[in-house]
Amino acid sequence: MNSLAEFFSFADPNIRYVVVGSVLLTASSAIVGTFTFLNKRSLIGDAIAHAVLPGICLGFIVAGTKNPLVLIIGAFITGWLSLIAVDFITRKTRIKEDTAIGLILSVFFGIGILMLTVIQKSGNASQSGLDHFLFGKAAALVGSDLYAFLIVAVILLVVVYILFKEFALMAFDKAYAKSIGYPVRTLELILTSLIVLAVVIGIQAVGVVLMAAILITPAAAARFWTDRIVVMVLLASAFGAFSGLAGAYISFVAPAMPTGPWIVIVISTIAFVSFFLAPKRGVLYRLVRQNNIRQTINNENVLKVMYQLGEENKNFFIPRHLDEIIRRRKYEKRALQSILRRLLHQGYVEQTGNLWSLTEEGKKKAQRVVKIHRLWELYLTTYMKIAPDHVHEDAETIEHLLTPELEAELEKQLGYAKLDPHQTKIPYQHE
Amino acid sequence: MNDFYIILTASLVASSCALLGCFLILRRMAMVGDAISHAVLPGIVLAFLFSGSRDSVTMLLGAGLIGVFTTFLIEFFHKKAKLQTDAAIGVTFTWLFAVGVVLISIFAGKVDLDQDCVLYGEIAYVPLDLIISPSGTNLGPKAIYVMGIVLVLIIVFIVAGYKELFLTTFDPAYASAIGISTSLWHYLLMSAVSVTTVSSFESVGAILVVALLIAPAATAYLLTDNFKWMLVLACAAGILASLSGYYLAVWLDGSIAGAIAALSGIIFALAMVFSPTHGLFFKKLRQVAH
Repeated sequence: MNSLAEFFSFADPNIRYVVVGSVLLTASSAIVGTFTFLNKRSLIGDAIAHAVLPGICLGFIVAGTKNPLVLIIGAFITGWLSLIAVDFITRKTRIKEDTAIGLILSVFFGIGILMLTVIQKSGNASQSGLDHFLFGKAAALVGSDLYAFLIVAVILLVVVYILFKEFALMAFDKAYAKSIGYPVRTLELILTSLIVLAVVIGIQAVGVVLMAAILITPAAAARFWTDRIVVMVLLASAFGAFSGLAGAYISFVAPAMPTGPWIVIVISTIAFVSFFLAPKRGVLYRLVRQNNIRQTINNENVLKVMYQLGEENKNFFIPRHLDEIIRRRKYEKRALQSILRRLLHQGYVEQTGNLWSLTEEGKKKAQRVVKIHRLWELYLTTYMKIAPDHVHEDAETIEHLLTPELEAELEKQLGYAKLDPHQTKIPYQHE
Repeated sequence: MNDFYIILTASLVASSCALLGCFLILRRMAMVGDAISHAVLPGIVLAFLFSGSRDSVTMLLGAGLIGVFTTFLIEFFHKKAKLQTDAAIGVTFTWLFAVGVVLISIFAGKVDLDQDCVLYGEIAYVPLDLIISPSGTNLGPKAIYVMGIVLVLIIVFIVAGYKELFLTTFDPAYASAIGISTSLWHYLLMSAVSVTTVSSFESVGAILVVALLIAPAATAYLLTDNFKWMLVLACAAGILASLSGYYLAVWLDGSIAGAIAALSGIIFALAMVFSPTHGLFFKKLRQVAH
């Protein structure tokens, strides 16, 4: 635990630089990335990350030194150019957007690599370190880098804060934003400039290839925990900041470990955990819910069959053999047995030997399902004018889904009708 | 002779990539190709650790598997976790690439790979790795044999499965109606992409693979409406980019892979403007004539 204490005391200025730098980069990229994600343009970030390389080289050729401002201007120009090119190709030719993105990304990057190798062989001594833009150098951040990062981070935060409402609306309903008079074109321009800015400084931490991850992975993870965009932005930046911190810590403990890739591994792990375990949207939650619904439907269907058998004999509590149920509705014997055992456990049926009968509770529940089924059939024939022989399938579904409120409403609307479209009696509870 | 070896290797890579690229861009899977070419990195490192060399059957098998795994993961996130496709692709390949880079750092002493090589390869070294017969005759660079075999495999794959690939690309509904499994051919195609990526990795690097997968195919797509011609033209565009790119790189004394990628973009731009059928220039002319 010693290393942990040493790390978090931030006594070593190098640790301070790396930590502050990484956290600034990841958190601010994540905030901008949230809007990229919501606009469904995740791969655009990837394209820009590759396309800034020729701009950086160009900036270097023009300035002759690694003047950060010139490099950033250069990066800005080609980053923008790549977006314009993608847009132009998609609009003017029959090439689809994904192809255009891949094309521009690889061609711009190729040009960048060509320029970089030419510069490296030019003999200009100050070129060393340009390749940090390729692979990132989070572990080697120094004080002067931090000022540049801090300025960019502040710009990103302030602009997003001021235009938050506009960006949010554009992400969800561009047409509406336009119709109420938002300058959509300008806003898109600003947002894209922010992405370019985030990418330009972000690639110095994690490198070209992994830049897309620190833009969109935090947002993808945050999306699984909330439906509110403010919470999503905050959560994404928190995930980003945490991964920046964790990446810095890992490369502090194991100096041979590259910081950038570890930041990405940490943020990806957070994302995978979110995909699987997040309540409501996570894979696991969905599976459990699906399973619950399937069980409820099976339960109710078996109860319904037993009720219908009871209607024929005018006695709902006669014990039934499995085969009697199967004759009415097809089940695997084993599956039916497990459903019945579940119902027994819930107190809806009783077992005597190998015979099964409804309890009072079970009859009540089955009666409700049957009632809703028949009411719905009646509703469809009366209000929707659907032929009586076409309404059964629909009612088979709705009988498991209707809420008590809607059930009461339906009864009232149909005036507590006695018979369904097939002239079968609709059973009400009080009878 | 070295010039010839390098150009031949690049052309072989370009042809394999161009052929597969035609299917990728028509299936709107260009970015999946991009993702696979980055995501195979951990597979390469692991296979290297197991087999101890870069050119082995283990590596190709590993690559095929990891390509399928990448595709599967992207689909899983999209279908099961309901993540939008673009994000699913972005999250998956960056994660796998990061894992690959970390693996390289962990096994730095045991794996002869570095990040530069991964991104833009070193095709200039192709002529150095020669195959010498037992009697001492120089049989030429190994990369040419590897890429030659891969190209033959790709051609056999496309010729043998032409009907299936064609139908699953253009009319998946009809294909499954006549009993062709769309997902089987989907995964076969992705395995082919991974195998090509991995075998070309050493010589040209990830980024040129992506450029060669997409640019020549996109160029051909603007030049013809006939699919067979598209395959041929894509190869031609790829070879042309390799040839001109090589001489550009020699002239500038820069990265050959970078120059080939740049040239493939310029060839695309030319096709975009001057294609007789779909070019912007002739479209404009026709508009004016009307």
